[in-house]
Parts: sequence; C-alpha cells; structure tokens
Amino acid sequence: MTTRTHAGLIASLAGLAAAWIAFDLLVWGYGESPRALLSMLFAGTWGTPYGAAQVLYKATPLLCTGVAVDLALRAGLFNIGAEGQLAVAGLAVGAVGASLPARMPAPLAIPLLVAVAMIAGAAWAAPPALLRARLGVHEVISTIMMNRVGEAFVAFALASGLAVKGTVRTADLPACARVPRLEAMVGAFRGSAASFAVLIAVACAFAIPWAFARTRVLREVALVGMNPLACAAERMPVARRLMQAMLLSGAIAGLSSTATVLGYKGHFESGLGAGAGFGGIAVAMLGRGSAVGLIASALLFGTLEQGGLAINAHVPMEAMQILEGVIIVAVALADSRVRESLARAIPRVKATRAKAGGA
Amino acid sequence: MRSGEALTFFAQAVRMAVPYTCAALGGVWSERSGVVNIALEGMLLAGGLAAVIAQHATGSAWVGVLAACAVAAAMGLAHAATFVVGKVDAIVSGIALNLVAAGGTRFVLRALYDSSSNSPSVAGFRASSFEGGGEWTLFARTLIDPATLLTIALVVVTAWCMQRTALGLRVRASGEDPEATRAAGVDVRRVRLMAVTIGAAICGLGGAALAFDQHQFQAGMSGGRGFIALAAVIVSGWRPVRAAMACVAFAALDALQIAVQDRAGELRDLVQMLPYVATLATLAWIGSRRGRSEDGAPPAGLGKHA
Repeated sequence: MTTRTHAGLIASLAGLAAAWIAFDLLVWGYGESPRALLSMLFAGTWGTPYGAAQVLYKATPLLCTGVAVDLALRAGLFNIGAEGQLAVAGLAVGAVGASLPARMPAPLAIPLLVAVAMIAGAAWAAPPALLRARLGVHEVISTIMMNRVGEAFVAFALASGLAVKGTVRTADLPACARVPRLEAMVGAFRGSAASFAVLIAVACAFAIPWAFARTRVLREVALVGMNPLACAAERMPVARRLMQAMLLSGAIAGLSSTATVLGYKGHFESGLGAGAGFGGIAVAMLGRGSAVGLIASALLFGTLEQGGLAINAHVPMEAMQILEGVIIVAVALADSRVRESLARAIPRVKATRAKAGGA
Repeated sequence: MRSGEALTFFAQAVRMAVPYTCAALGGVWSERSGVVNIALEGMLLAGGLAAVIAQHATGSAWVGVLAACAVAAAMGLAHAATFVVGKVDAIVSGIALNLVAAGGTRFVLRALYDSSSNSPSVAGFRASSFEGGGEWTLFARTLIDPATLLTIALVVVTAWCMQRTALGLRVRASGEDPEATRAAGVDVRRVRLMAVTIGAAICGLGGAALAFDQHQFQAGMSGGRGFIALAAVIVSGWRPVRAAMACVAFAALDALQIAVQDRAGELRDLVQMLPYVATLATLAWIGSRRGRSEDGAPPAGLGKHA
C-alpha cells in the first residue's frame, strides 16, 4: 500500500512539474515574464482572504465532479458526462428552488434541493448507465452525447417557461433555499462567492472512499471495476453494479449546483457552472482515489481557475485549460512509468527475500 | 419540399458530411490499429484553426489544408506515442488532447487576432467558374469542392489500403491481436504510430473543410462532430465505406436541423438535439444486435498495449 501511495505521489509531483514548465513556456511565448505572472497569479488567489475564498468557491464544484469521476473510474467507467449532469441538476435546482414557498424553513428547503440536485444528476446519467450495463454501449461516447443533449435541453427548458421572461435565468430562490456564504461567518471573505456548500463537497470526498471500504454494494462496484468477468463468475450482479456506480456518479456531479446555484447566484442561468465537468476529470486523475488527494487537487485546479482570471489581462486564461490537459497526461505518463518499474522491482524484492529466508 | 429546396438540402448534407467523414476515417485508421481515439474532436478543432491561420498568412487554401493536416498529424503522433510508448490509457490521453485543443485554439485566437471567439474571415476554396446563384450551381459547387472530392478519394483509398495492402494487413493485425502480431515479427508500435498519424492527418483535412465552409474559425466550432464521427465508426463496424455512409446520414440530420430551424420557433433547441439523440439511438440499436453475430465487432485488441 505504501509503495502505491508513493507511486501516486511521484506521479502527482511529475504532473505539477510538467504544468510548471508548460505555464512558463506559454507565458514566455506570449511575451510576458513568467515570474511576474506567477506572482500576479498568487496575489489574485492565496494572496488575499478574498482570493483564497474565491479559490474555495471554484474548488467546490470541481471537488464534487472530481469525486464523481473518481467513483465511476473505480468501477472502470469513464464518466465524461459530468458537464451535462451538473447543468441539468442546476436547472432542476433553480426551477424547484424558485417555486418553494418563501416561508419554508431552511433545514427543510436545503436538504430537499440537495436531493433534487442528486436526482437530476443521476437522471442525466441514467441513459448512459442503462446503455452500458444492458447493451454494452461504451459510456465515453454516450456521456459526451448526453452533454450535448443536456446543453440543448437546458436551453429549451429555459426558453419554454422556466426562465424569467426575456432572460436565460430562473427566478430568484427564496432566502430559505440559499446555502449561506462563508462571508457571513468570516468577515475577511467579504464579497466572495464561497459558501458552506464546500462542506457538502468535502463530506462527499470523505464519504465515498469510506463507503467503498465499508459497504457491500460499493465494494462490489470496485471489484467489478477490477475484473468484471470474475465478478460475473461469482454471480455478482455486474450490470446492476455498473448502473449503480454511474447513477451515483451522476448524483454527486449534480451536487456541484449546491455551490453555484444555492451558494453563489441564488438562481440558475444558462452556462452556470460549465467547465467543472471536464475539470473534474483532471481532479480525479490527480487526486487518485483518496479524499485528501481529491481535495488537494480540487484546490489546485480551483487556484488555476481563479488565477486564470487574475492574469487574464496579460495572458489569456485559456492557458489554464491547456495546463489541465498537460497535467492529466503528465500524471498518467508518470504513473504508468512508476507502475512499470514497480512491477519489475517487486518480483526482484520477493526473490531476494526468499533467498535470504532460505539461507 | 420543392425540388430547389431538396437540392439545397442535399448540397448542405454533402457539405456537412465532409468533416464527419474525415474524422471517421481518422477513427478507422486509429482504431483498426488498436488505438482508441476520442481526440478526433480536438484534431478537427486544431486543424480548423491551423487552416485558417495558414490561409490568412499565405492566401493559399492548399497551404491551409497542409497546415491543418500537419497540426492534426502532430496531435495524432502525440496521442499514439502517449498510448504506445507511454502506456497510458488512450481515453485519458484523448481527454487531455481535447482539453489542450479547446484551450489552445482560444489561446492562439487571442494571441494572433485578439479575439476569443473567432478569426478574421478567409476565402477557403473558391470555385470561381461557378459563381452566381441558383440551386443547381450551389449543388455543383458543393460536389466539385476540392475538400469533397479529396474526402471521397480518401474513403476509397482507406478502404483499399485496409483490405489490399501489406500496411493495411499490419494495421488490422495490430488491432486484432497485438501480441501475436508482434510475435510474427511486425513492429506493432511503429504500425500503430503510423496508422494513428495518417488518420489524424485525414481528420485535419476535415477540420480545414469545417473552417473553410464557414470562411472563418470559431472557438469550439467542432461542436462534438469528432465524437459523432467516432460513433459512426462504431456503427459501421470499423469499416471505412460504411462509416462514410453513416457520416452522410448524420450530416443529413444536421442539414435537416438547419432546414427546420427557422420554422421550428420554440422547438429550435429540441431540434438541436437531433444528431446527438440519433447517435445514442443508433449506438443502442447496434448494442442490442451485438452478440448475435461476429459481424461488425470491434477490433479484439482495441485499447490493448503491445
């Protein structure tokens, strides 16, 4: 276990190193000074309490989608559909939330909307889940198609009555349905969109690995991810486990909307939260299946997103998207390298031990 | 539908089938050799931008096409090397490449043209002898468009290469059973690097056609076409001619969507889902048929490292 953790750590560091080089090259190629930009990036993020809180806000949906993608990966599924799942969940939360009575108590309203977010996210993951589990249709293409369908569906729903007339946003949610901002508790965060939704995301990040270790269903999900044929031979319900993993993944991706709709805007609008679905893939690749890893990598990508805004006047913030891609490849490359050398080293260690034992 | 409208519709379908078909050919080359390729989407995008930049700089559409093919081929080589040499899951590499392409094209747009959404306009291919209105001229112009002709030729060449040449045999063997192919003395890694790169270059042509068609590059203009093309490859059973036919069908849906868009009013957004829902439905249909026959099964070594 420790060697695997080490391998993961090495891979993550390699990813960061590659990102560092890529950032320098991009900035330098753009004719700016990497050092100046880096200090600007830092000043715009962790340099002030407001910046730090904004990083927290950006990291919250990323953590949800990161946990969602990671969960599916454990079942051997690529959930590339978080983008669509969170859009539809945001729409559902916005629409249901806006219709709640203003005098509903918050302890009732918020859990209700959390449930709505999860159900809507799971619903959008359901067609790919069914197609994969029952018909063997690869989830990569089907989830990508669902992203596109979701985009059009959200536009259609907003245009046909869910939006305030003449706009692309839903009506404002009553105060009881809002997740409180962190600034209500920490004065220094004033003006930041960070909210207590971050707790929901962190709870997910810890609950899912725990559930994988402790619950039968998720343990079987992980086994199916390792070897579906062996599981089928053991009479495990492979198709059902695959479906459950995909649905749960969609549900957690849907939770992103607690940060964007309930914590930040107080309504849903077209495009709100977009990008977190793909960001979640990067978070999951870098986070590598541990709660702490996922949180740390969500914070890193949150920093990049917020930092992108901070340097946008000098270097296009799209540079950060390029960095995400670079990090994904670098981590995966380093990981397979480390794993390969481990695979070569372990038999050798065993052989030496056996020899020592025999002597 | 009046005959004029039908002609316009048909011309539009052919025009739109070009990027799909090029991407699908890229998918066939790549996946037949055993390398899953979802990076087609990013290749279309990068190819489109490269074509526009090159034509804007030199004034020649053909230089644009060459640039598109070169950039896409470089991406294909990177994708293949990450999979073949780096032993990384090809889906992971594909996701990363798509991210880099999406961010990179916007980055370059802003760096070169100071716009985050579109490039200055370029001429693309112009068939000057066919200027003027009329549905028939439009139709003829679409058919003799160099990109269309080139694409048709590439479909034929790909099919012939796969079935009749030593290279095609090696590509197919690498995709079916990399271990056995290696044992037979074929350098599977090299074959895969080559096949993915060739396919990517073809995909780049599709990107160029996409951008020339709009006479400019727009951020995110590939709009999922690379993924739909991949679905066409799956539907076709990884066969180039059938994949091209599936692409024409998807393109017809696109054209239909544009044709009814003006009349659809509120339903416009729903109509926009058509190609994607159709893709899902077709995949489901193929999935429900699979297992009953071996015909159209994926290459057995798809995604397996050599």
